Amino acid sequence: MIQVLAFYLFAALTIAAGAFTILSRNPVHSVLWLIVAFFNAAGLMVLCGAEFIAMLLVIVYVGAVAVLFLFVVMMLDIDFATLRAGFIRNMPLGLVLAVVLLAEVLIGLGALGAGGIKLGTPDGSAAPLAGASNIEAIGALLYSKYLFLFEAAGLVLLVAMVGAIVLTHRQRSGVRGQNVAKQNARRPDEATFNASPEVGKGVQL
Amino acid sequence: MIGIEHYVIVSSVLFVLGVLGIFLNRKNVIVILMAIELILLAVNLNLVAFSSFLHDLTGQIFAMFVLTVAAGEAAVGLAILVIYFRDRGTIAVDDVNQMKG
Repeated sequence: MIQVLAFYLFAALTIAAGAFTILSRNPVHSVLWLIVAFFNAAGLMVLCGAEFIAMLLVIVYVGAVAVLFLFVVMMLDIDFATLRAGFIRNMPLGLVLAVVLLAEVLIGLGALGAGGIKLGTPDGSAAPLAGASNIEAIGALLYSKYLFLFEAAGLVLLVAMVGAIVLTHRQRSGVRGQNVAKQNARRPDEATFNASPEVGKGVQL
Repeated sequence: MIGIEHYVIVSSVLFVLGVLGIFLNRKNVIVILMAIELILLAVNLNLVAFSSFLHDLTGQIFAMFVLTVAAGEAAVGLAILVIYFRDRGTIAVDDVNQMKG
């Protein structure tokens, strides 16, 4: 009973937060509603027993992606009112498309319920380990069967990071930076010398 | 009892909201990126629900990869947005014609 109640709570909040994300006037509010949507979707995932992905969603999306969005929204000086022009004009077409898309999905679901579509049956090679928690079972699978895909995912993140840095990095003129090569090429015999000045003469530097 | 249909309905509504968001905020690329995140969230929810109900962890592994790609996409998309803003002083995407594409 409590599970059903929790499901409807999380589902209603996820959908409401998603709707507010696309309808808010202020993009900062959009980001905050997006965070609410992510939290409630994580709750839905916990309800069906996928704790690891749920926690990953909270950490990666709320902790990193949403904060990145927030930074960009607040950093850029944008007049958001002009960007909303055409919001009402695009509304009818968008609504029609949305309704058509939703109807298609619901027809598919109805066909599934009526037995018109057969779901594939898993071959058991990725079944959860008996007696192990969700995170243990995922770890056992991820580091054996999907090891190379996991490494490829790391590569994707690396390329994305390098790409983002290369894109946003700019060379400013007039900045006194550190010249590492010049520093490393400097040798003691060209940097120092011995001098034996006479008394009261001082040293010519 | 909550079945797979409930999860599919929630995630399809979320997916449609994401698509609608792209249509409604055609000029504001930040909200478009957020709508794409909503779509990916709906897909992840679907994958996780099916994985859980079919007792097969492949869906959760795949959801993790979707998460990875979504994070990379958000990072690169926002970087492109920042350099576009630096260049043009606006983020209205309906007059992006610099590359004459």
